[in-house]
Amino acid sequence: MSNSSNYSLAELCIVACAEAFRGEGEVLATGIGVIPRIAASLAMKTFNPDLMMTDSEAWLLAEPNPLGPRDSDFQQQNETWMGYSRVFDNVWSGRRHAMLGPTQVDRFGQSNTSALGGTYEQPKVMMLGARGFPGNSISHPNSFFVPAHSSRVFIAGECDFVSSVGYNPDRLPKGHSLDDIDVRLIVTDLCVMDFKGPGHQARLVSLHPGISAEQVVDNTGFEVLIEGEIPITASPTPEQLAIIAQLDPHNSRAKQLKDNPPGDRRA
Amino acid sequence: MDKQMTAQQVVSELRNGMTVGIGGWGPRRKPMALVREILRSDLQDLTLVSYGGADVGMLCAAGKVKKLIFAFVSLDFIPLEPYFRQARQAGAIDVLELDEGMLLLGLRAAAWGCPFIPTQVGLGTDIVRKSPELQLVDSPYDDKEWVAMPALNLDASLIHVDRADARGVCQIKGADHYMDDWFARAAQKTYVSCDELVPTSAFNHPDEARFVFWERSQTSGVVPIPGGAHPSSCAPLYGFDVAHFKEYTGSAKEGGFSAYADKYINGQSESDYQKLVGGLEAIRALPLPTY
Repeated sequence: MSNSSNYSLAELCIVACAEAFRGEGEVLATGIGVIPRIAASLAMKTFNPDLMMTDSEAWLLAEPNPLGPRDSDFQQQNETWMGYSRVFDNVWSGRRHAMLGPTQVDRFGQSNTSALGGTYEQPKVMMLGARGFPGNSISHPNSFFVPAHSSRVFIAGECDFVSSVGYNPDRLPKGHSLDDIDVRLIVTDLCVMDFKGPGHQARLVSLHPGISAEQVVDNTGFEVLIEGEIPITASPTPEQLAIIAQLDPHNSRAKQLKDNPPGDRRA
Repeated sequence: MDKQMTAQQVVSELRNGMTVGIGGWGPRRKPMALVREILRSDLQDLTLVSYGGADVGMLCAAGKVKKLIFAFVSLDFIPLEPYFRQARQAGAIDVLELDEGMLLLGLRAAAWGCPFIPTQVGLGTDIVRKSPELQLVDSPYDDKEWVAMPALNLDASLIHVDRADARGVCQIKGADHYMDDWFARAAQKTYVSCDELVPTSAFNHPDEARFVFWERSQTSGVVPIPGGAHPSSCAPLYGFDVAHFKEYTGSAKEGGFSAYADKYINGQSESDYQKLVGGLEAIRALPLPTY
């Protein structure tokens, strides 16, 4: 736990997000956005070399690509073609774990990427649409990265539009069990949570250095189970920081969180 | 058989109220020259099926769309498509919102002549709750319920490819051909614009023939329009035009779509358009994106 001030919050989040892919074995790790992508790559480069990864375009890679512009002689390590139509063959096989950044998450672990407010016919704010969230959520484990933990994201009610299925008994499809659904890890700029409380209740797993449980409670619209002494999220090791720097040579990670805060906020 | 047509002839074969599929994905390999030709026409009340980008945004902004069947509309590097948002937020279009994979299943069902394909995708979500036309069915083989993803039968599809011959053999050399083969198969008529018109012999080598993803019997018309995907990309020939997309999305904040359309589309031919965006050489010089 040395060099506690020498890492950024983005790097702490990358290391925390990478944990989602530990023990997953041979699955496609899809990290959408800079921090989830570096996290999945870090997991593949360190504790889970069996992970599979795409180039975010159309190829499956034996080795993760670094982010951003690469030297003209750079040759990516293709393993097979993985165009979008084939991605769905993988998704529906269940051999995948995706980490995504929805706009709303509710107490059931349901998420929203589509529309806010108003009516469905005329939403107040239209966003992307459901994208691949419905299929992901019924097919394979999913984790979320939320860069600004607030009760605007972790809302008190149900999502305005439910893009991904969660642990809501009212929506459970016939013949399915809530245990079939796997909302794995939620990593935010404050903490790590999961849905492993009683009845799939949200649960606080760890607090980032310098963050209190009260801060999490105050910024979460639903109840989060806080049981016993909550551990502090593990700091990046020097080895992890070096690999992160290789994976992100242009330091895109520094632009992901507002003002690029330090990882340890105990000062 | 010579299937060459002009963009105007393609649009003259379309009718108000048709269901039209558009190939490509977000800002990538969209048949934008054909879309511009629709924008210049008086076609209306279209039902669009698309992995949407500016094709959907422009047609919504111009009031051509009655209904949109979609999973997303996005320019990727500009995540939110402003004119699609405006149309939704004004309640101006009907929608059938799908998961990306469900849209693919709907095209496959249409291509295979099935009324629907069962899937678990959509279960438990508002995809099913908000769209009464999506029905659940019981399985004869298990105790689960399944979403009966209906066939997305298309009256016409519009696709842009790298090269084609006059008989409708179409080649896509970019890393991903997206769902364009399924758009071609799901449609009664498939109209393809191409960056290069080539003789059939160009496909003879197996390394070339491998990049042809549907049979020519699925292609109804071939429209040679070099640079016809602009401002979307046509990898490996050219990337998408970031500056142009920024001007387009910026118009939503100031001037509106009519300002954009007056500058680039209304009363302008496709060759006028290409001059306004710097010419074919400038289009072909647009760098490929790095992901």
